[in-house]
Amino acid sequence: MTDLHEHDLRREIARGARDGLPIGLGYFAVAFSLGITAKSAGLSPAQGFLASFLNHASAGEYALFSLIAAHAAYWEVAAVIFITNMRYLLMSAALSQKLHSDVSLLHRFLLGFGITDEIFGLGVAYPGRLRPAYLYSAFLVADLFWSSGTATGIAAGSVLPANVISALSVAIYGMFLAIIIPPARRERVVAALVLVSFACSLAFSALPLLNTLSGGMRTILLTVAISSAGALLFPVREGGEGGEAA
Amino acid sequence: MSSYLYILVAAGVSLLIRTLPLTLIRRQITNPFLRSFLYYVPYVTLAVMTFPAIVDAAQHPLAGVAALAVGVALSWLGVGLFPVAVSCCMSVFAVEWLLRLL
Repeated sequence: MTDLHEHDLRREIARGARDGLPIGLGYFAVAFSLGITAKSAGLSPAQGFLASFLNHASAGEYALFSLIAAHAAYWEVAAVIFITNMRYLLMSAALSQKLHSDVSLLHRFLLGFGITDEIFGLGVAYPGRLRPAYLYSAFLVADLFWSSGTATGIAAGSVLPANVISALSVAIYGMFLAIIIPPARRERVVAALVLVSFACSLAFSALPLLNTLSGGMRTILLTVAISSAGALLFPVREGGEGGEAA
Repeated sequence: MSSYLYILVAAGVSLLIRTLPLTLIRRQITNPFLRSFLYYVPYVTLAVMTFPAIVDAAQHPLAGVAALAVGVALSWLGVGLFPVAVSCCMSVFAVEWLLRLL
């Protein structure tokens, strides 16, 4: 029994590493530009590595580093991280449906820790019941690239010329666009919400009085207000869940 | 050092968000408002954080606008995360190089 089990386990780990590698390579480049933001917040490479290994969320970490740079209050960091990472609540709930009911609490906890947009994608795409070993392996490979990319960006960001840093600093926004635009193309409501978000965000950053709000507060207020309005006016029909292309 | 405290606060909140549903909720969320709200949140958050910040991120606002246009166009065509991010960087580099020539 153990031989068969071990062979099976090894195959899952190899498969996870293979699927995690291309994700990791993409992560490295984006994390490098995130490291430039982290450096401007005064973080050391070791701190950047730790922050990325534990948080592994591009939007959340970008917000975190901006807030550290602005000497924000700790509650503000907690609130912004909660808002920017709220989507993982849904992914975590969805992933629970892919697990066999006898998967232990420890496995569920560790699998939850590893959730990112891409790792969640691998988990959902896994045929049948998800094997924890597969996702651990994919996550670990991808997250180590992510963390070392951040540390490298902090360490090497200062040796790069200004025009290269300027170019790299938009990488993270490119990634955000690649996440929000494809669903906006498929669903008119999402497209409308994205446009409204752009317009409100511009208004809040430009108009007197409104532009005195911190970036974090602006993100919280607009996200809660616009998403609530969207949910009230255009409730999502059953089956229209994340990742299921119409 | 307070940076470590910031990192730990963020890590703790991230961990709770990721692990609570997976360990506690074993059924699907059925409340239509909550489902819809959670469904829209990621798009709204990322949109708010992207614009106008992308315009201010580059050295020259025109380069930022170019990155936004290229990013939206390529994402619309279904190009993946990584190539979109790289294309945005290259368009900033190209526009700022052109502006220096003029």
